[in-house]
Amino acid sequence: MWLRRKLFIVSDNDKIIDEVTSSDYKYGFSTEIDSDTIDPGLSEDVIRQISLKKDEPQWMTDWRLDAYKVWKEMDEPDWANVSYSKPDFQNISYYSAVKKKQYDSLDEVDPELLKTFEKLGISLDEQKRLSGVAMDIVVDSVSVATTFKKTLKEKGIIFCSMSEAIKEHPELVKKHLGTVIPKSDNYYAALNSAVFTDGSFCYIPNGVRCPMELSTYFRINEAGTGQFERTLLIADKGSYVSYLEGCTAPQRDENQLHAAVVELIAMDDSEIKYSTVQNWFPGDSNGKGGVFNFVTKRGICETQAKISWTQVETGSAVTWKYPSCILKGDNSIGEFYSVALTNNFQQADTGTKMLHLGSNTKSTIISKGISAGRSHNSYRGLVRMGPRAKNARNFSQCDSLLMGDKCGAHTFPYIEVKNSTAKTEHEATTSKIGEDQIFYCQQRGLNPEAAIALIVNGYCKDVLNQLPMEFAVEAQKLLAISLEGSVG
Amino acid sequence: MLEIVNLHASIDNKVILNGINLKINLGEVHAIMGPNGSGKSTLSNVIAGHDGYDIISGDILFDGDSVLDFPPEKRAHLGLFLSFQYPVEIPGITVSNFIRTALNEIRKAKGEESLGASPMLKLMREKMKVLEMDKGFLSRSLNEGFSGGEKKRNEIFQMAMLEPKMAILDETDSGLDIDALRVVANGVNALRSDRNAFIVITHYQRLLDYIIPDFVHVLFNGKIVKSGGKELAIELEKRGYDWIKKEQK
Ligand SMILES: Nc1ncnc2c1ncn2[C@@H]1O[C@H](COP(=O)(O)OP(=O)(O)OP(=O)(O)O)[C@@H](O)[C@H]1O
Ligand SMILES: [Mg+2]
Repeated sequence: MWLRRKLFIVSDNDKIIDEVTSSDYKYGFSTEIDSDTIDPGLSEDVIRQISLKKDEPQWMTDWRLDAYKVWKEMDEPDWANVSYSKPDFQNISYYSAVKKKQYDSLDEVDPELLKTFEKLGISLDEQKRLSGVAMDIVVDSVSVATTFKKTLKEKGIIFCSMSEAIKEHPELVKKHLGTVIPKSDNYYAALNSAVFTDGSFCYIPNGVRCPMELSTYFRINEAGTGQFERTLLIADKGSYVSYLEGCTAPQRDENQLHAAVVELIAMDDSEIKYSTVQNWFPGDSNGKGGVFNFVTKRGICETQAKISWTQVETGSAVTWKYPSCILKGDNSIGEFYSVALTNNFQQADTGTKMLHLGSNTKSTIISKGISAGRSHNSYRGLVRMGPRAKNARNFSQCDSLLMGDKCGAHTFPYIEVKNSTAKTEHEATTSKIGEDQIFYCQQRGLNPEAAIALIVNGYCKDVLNQLPMEFAVEAQKLLAISLEGSVG
Repeated sequence: MLEIVNLHASIDNKVILNGINLKINLGEVHAIMGPNGSGKSTLSNVIAGHDGYDIISGDILFDGDSVLDFPPEKRAHLGLFLSFQYPVEIPGITVSNFIRTALNEIRKAKGEESLGASPMLKLMREKMKVLEMDKGFLSRSLNEGFSGGEKKRNEIFQMAMLEPKMAILDETDSGLDIDALRVVANGVNALRSDRNAFIVITHYQRLLDYIIPDFVHVLFNGKIVKSGGKELAIELEKRGYDWIKKEQK
């Protein structure tokens, strides 16, 4: 979520200030909105309209139409271990400005939400921004954005919105879009390819080490969120980038269905670290409402390249997400570190695919599931060692932690080995938080909730350690908050 | 400061504590001895507020006020500390993180400001020196893979950091080697003052050579059946419990 407003990064200086200071207004409540919305429903015509409104070149329009054709022939998948009423795709508006309620002061905002902000340690200014209170953006954040932009430019790094990339860097987009996740990959990826409205684009040139965590600095300027987001990140030979997506603050959204696509391309000797904190509205404690989050994320590693996915998933009513790595080049490395927490009536089916094609490829999977309430939490993973994957190695560790006896934890690990020198190692545990652990902590002065938060954080340590420092601290608090009320 | 009045407690409908009376004043050390299964750990747990036990009757007073309705953490905030007979493991949480969290929770409850990272570390170093502990301990996962003796030493380290008013040491000596026993006992003695009190549960008189008790009690079938001075421990060491059991019949 933090990075959704990165549009202004590569625009001109004046435009930056303009966008930063007017962003909420522009996308918020102005009367222009109505004229900027396309009627619900999906057809070739709607897709042409989207493309037209976005002022896209013909090749992009054709690409979308092609995806739509593919999608029409597909059926919505139902193999995941989740159940929900399927969205009506003719009842969704595929192009609309995000409606954000605007308040005059924090007093008008849902006190529950404010309480959560406070627990997360989010500053007053940011609380206002996140909950949509009208405010002047502090000058500080503008200057930070400007400095940031200058640094990136000097290094030749491109970091902009997808819309802008289509216009400004068509050769890069044309060459790479859909190469890791083809239009026909799956139902939601096809849908996204047809109707995506925006997202992020990032290119790190040959040999460049991106000097900052991309997106951290833009937390302050984030505004609307996309329903069908499209992200493409390209790390050229020998480059390095660490990318952050998401936000610990709870995200409410009128849109129920979210179907994002993220493609990563790691060329020879490059490294991409992609971290996500997902906290979309999970529905209330009775299981009403909440976001359906159907995400396709995949990266491809060329020779000696490395991609590591780290995710902390606490939100959404239904999550369906498998960040994966195609280890194409020899000696390439894929990593997946995940914490998925479900409470109340949430359902999560998440995991990864590690596809070892090259020789000496290595992958590590650390998955920590936490289920509370009446939720269901599944790990689904595939490790495939192809015929050429000589001496390939995988280590998988999938742990489940259960809180209470009404929730469920499931693991579906699939392993296919086609090369006799390849080795995989799989460990799995299921545990409960012990009464004796909680009593021990209480004896040392912690209340039961603090005790559980501590024990859960310890359980997730191997994943949280992968996150950039400040993100990790917030993620710890987020886990504690998400479990509130789950102890008797 | 701690007063236990005619305490009866049971677990799963089985009565374990059968009318315990005990009064402990500041500055005192009370040793509790007794055969296996006589209820020593049960008594410690009940004092600490473990909710697995039913209190049938009686009372536990802390500075004159009943704490029966208090959850364990509130008793800890009042200054109660239990060194566990079997300390639990908390994977992924380092010793230093755990102690920092505990100390700051207690300070918060008392309305004090939390202690910053560097004074905290300094304090930890001081206490570790007294207990002859290696600095590497701080970054290890709490009790995970600790030897029996290391776990016990770690309990006393936590006690030294939290500086409780009333500490119960449940068989802290078992598992300690001869040198460790001396070191840990010195650690306890260093904390002794007229502003705190100790209950030392042990099977062996040897510990009481180092931590010299003011009183020794014998627990049998959930009841204190004999009390005396430190010579009682010496007599028990010589004669065992049989003569006491016979006296009971
Ligand atoms: N959950 C339980 N259900 C039934 N009996 C129990 C339960 N927990 C403890 N007991 C019994 O209570 C009695 C007292 O146990 P306790 O652990 O207090 O003894 P102890 O004096 O500390 O013994 P030791 O010297 O071996 O540590 C024992 O007979 C034990 O079996
Ligand atoms: Mg015992």
